[in-house]
Amino acid sequence: MQKHGDTPLKDHLLHTLHMIQQRERCITDESIHRIAAQYSLPVSQVRAVVAFYAFFQTEPCGDYHLFFSNCPACGYEQAGQNLLQMLAHKLNVQIGQTRPDGRISLHETSCIGMCDHGASLLVNGQPLTGLESASIERLANQIETAAPLHNWPQDWMHTDSAVHKTNLLLEDSFVPGAGLRTTLARGTDAALEIITHSGLRGRGGAGFATGRKWRLCKAAAGDARYVVCNADEGEPGTFKDRWLLQQQAERVLEGMAICAFIIGARQGFLYLRGEYRYLLPHLQTTLAQQRRQGLLGKNIGGEPGFEFDVDIVIGAGAYICGEESALIESLEGKPGIPRNRPPFPVTQGYLGQPTVVNNVETFWAAASIIVNGADWFKSVGTPESSGSKLLSISGDCTAPGIYEYPFGITVHQILRECGAMNTQAVQIGGPAGTLIGRADFQRKIGFEDLSTGGSFMVFGETRDMMTVVQNFTKFFAHESCGFCTPCRVGTTLLKHNLEKIATGHGTHLDIQTLRETSNLVQRYAHCGLGHTAANPILNSLQSFPEIFGQRLAARSFTPNFDLDAALSEARRLTRRDDSKAHLDSGY
Amino acid sequence: MPTDQQSFTLDNCKIPFSPGQTIMDAALAAKTYIPHLCHFPGISPQGNCKLCTVKIGTRQVAACTTLAEPDIVVESEIQELTDARRALTQMLFIEGNHICPSCEKTGNCSLQAMAYHLGMEDNHFPQFFPQREVDASHPQIWLDRDRCILCSLCVRASQEADGKHVFAIAGRGLDAQLIVNSSSGKLAESDLAPEDLAARICPVGAILIKEVGYQTPIGQRIFDQHKIDEIGLEQVILAHNTTATRDE
Repeated sequence: MQKHGDTPLKDHLLHTLHMIQQRERCITDESIHRIAAQYSLPVSQVRAVVAFYAFFQTEPCGDYHLFFSNCPACGYEQAGQNLLQMLAHKLNVQIGQTRPDGRISLHETSCIGMCDHGASLLVNGQPLTGLESASIERLANQIETAAPLHNWPQDWMHTDSAVHKTNLLLEDSFVPGAGLRTTLARGTDAALEIITHSGLRGRGGAGFATGRKWRLCKAAAGDARYVVCNADEGEPGTFKDRWLLQQQAERVLEGMAICAFIIGARQGFLYLRGEYRYLLPHLQTTLAQQRRQGLLGKNIGGEPGFEFDVDIVIGAGAYICGEESALIESLEGKPGIPRNRPPFPVTQGYLGQPTVVNNVETFWAAASIIVNGADWFKSVGTPESSGSKLLSISGDCTAPGIYEYPFGITVHQILRECGAMNTQAVQIGGPAGTLIGRADFQRKIGFEDLSTGGSFMVFGETRDMMTVVQNFTKFFAHESCGFCTPCRVGTTLLKHNLEKIATGHGTHLDIQTLRETSNLVQRYAHCGLGHTAANPILNSLQSFPEIFGQRLAARSFTPNFDLDAALSEARRLTRRDDSKAHLDSGY
Repeated sequence: MPTDQQSFTLDNCKIPFSPGQTIMDAALAAKTYIPHLCHFPGISPQGNCKLCTVKIGTRQVAACTTLAEPDIVVESEIQELTDARRALTQMLFIEGNHICPSCEKTGNCSLQAMAYHLGMEDNHFPQFFPQREVDASHPQIWLDRDRCILCSLCVRASQEADGKHVFAIAGRGLDAQLIVNSSSGKLAESDLAPEDLAARICPVGAILIKEVGYQTPIGQRIFDQHKIDEIGLEQVILAHNTTATRDE
């Protein structure tokens, strides 16, 4: 069993499994048995962990293991070409499989947080960005000639993001240590008061009041308290946390230490999504630097007895781990299945102890707020959504990247400033957020109107919105953890239902079923994933009814079962494909 | 017992409860039925089937995992919830391969009884027809995953009542499946015994004791003689499965 503060990086189950996956190209049943014995866990539990996370494979993967992002924002599929299929064709490999010679595996994955860099993929954990049809050709050559990754063109490895708009927080000339000094000088109660008074709300999108969360955790009974930074930035279209960790990790870590001092924690975790593993060396360097400067470790800021340190735990490909209780399960080395709440993590979180889980941007903002004061932060924003927010803007605009805006800004103004023209739709807050059309562009970003964790995907008028909605619906079906009936079954039903309509086989009855199933999943699911999984469908039924209407079949009913298609095997076996081997009408 | 017992309202009835009790446990103790499949008295609740969803104001919560609170007003037997429960039951049917007429559990199956209880007349949704593995390796026990509804009662019973950890659920989304904690993954190599609660608790025909399936003729089976909303039916089901084992 793990004990408090006793979970060094190398011993975490997910890290051990990752090492095996790297070394042996897969996690075999023998490895599972060995790990189970080593960790004193039932074999079935290790099997369950391996089966849960997308980056663990039980069949051998290739020398080059590719995860191609299929997010609509980065544009892998545009202007009549599909880069993923083009690459699969060039390399002669089936998507989702390993080529028989073991050279390459090609998998699809959802957003890898490179939305502002065009089509992107991960090769052995390294992001390649800005892919176009010409680079697909070159990429295939690199693989066929077995060129080592470090010899690949460096301009493919570009991962920095452009900052196009700054406000309070990006303009704050934060001096490392200043936040902790203020906190120590003012004391826990006064420091907590600053956070509470500032009106800071969780930047992951849910918007729980940060001061209140910290207060509840501080007041909860427990043997130990934990600070967890949620860097599982999995919501498609979001990359601002990746940028913060690349550029301002020290301010994020200081925010965590401030929280630790206030609530009385000695141990923190930064839970990094597996797709961002390449940030690990930089983050470890930053941690070492914070320790050297006395901003982590023992007697922080010269305060006797104030001890706090942060371990990095890296996920392995599961969107659901962005949900705080699923994240905690994953931290504990288990499949990321959301817990029943209450109890909430603030009273019973990591190892059953009071735990604060906050987004990267929340800790980052908190550090600046402590230094500059609550009124400084409240000087921008709206009464319900104080301060400013980082947006990750991607899709059909001339200047994708990071934007900091005060809450209350209209979608219309953002579109103008990011160079979006002839926009037909914006997906705000990712697939789990809200899809809006032109009629709603005067709406405002803020918890009281359009709440967002930072994702802002722009879709121009040439986009087929049905494809976008289908993509997001498939995403949820793929990421459902499978725990509860409505989400496990419902998300796949929605995917099939939408496919039937998109391919011209749907009728009004199918629209009605689509609506009913959406409502059921939204209302009866166990966690936020299920509650929001039908948003793209429900929003588009509202704002883009024509994408459904124009595809409906001109009849009152078409069966789900395609009898003619079911006869295809019989046709194949009898080697017949003449008209008499077909039914009159397919559907 | 406490003199001023706390209570809440469930469909216009006053339900007494003690602190720490869930809505489900308090309701069952007061002999009031809330439909459920993944709940079993004495086994810690998990709330995965969602059939026991009730409404408190505009909020939907699982009765089996939500603690009762004084004076809350809980709705259960209302059209909206019955419709949702029926749809959830239909989802459980189409997700697996449930062919009632040819299943030896028919008449003893809680999923089938629930479908009747909720007035389910068809599957409504298109069938998934999954391909799942049957494990017939154990000399006395079958594991037919086609009929598994992932309620995890066997997982919890094995851990909590039998102290064995025979079962787990692995895989995400629709790939979720019941797995066995043995080196080959087969039941034969596990330490599951027919007397274990885990072998007898399955509400459907996924875990079955071999060679006794047709001992009780159709017409005399559990749900030929009982309704699923009878309180305490779990004991009848367990007794039935135990008798079947002993007769063997």
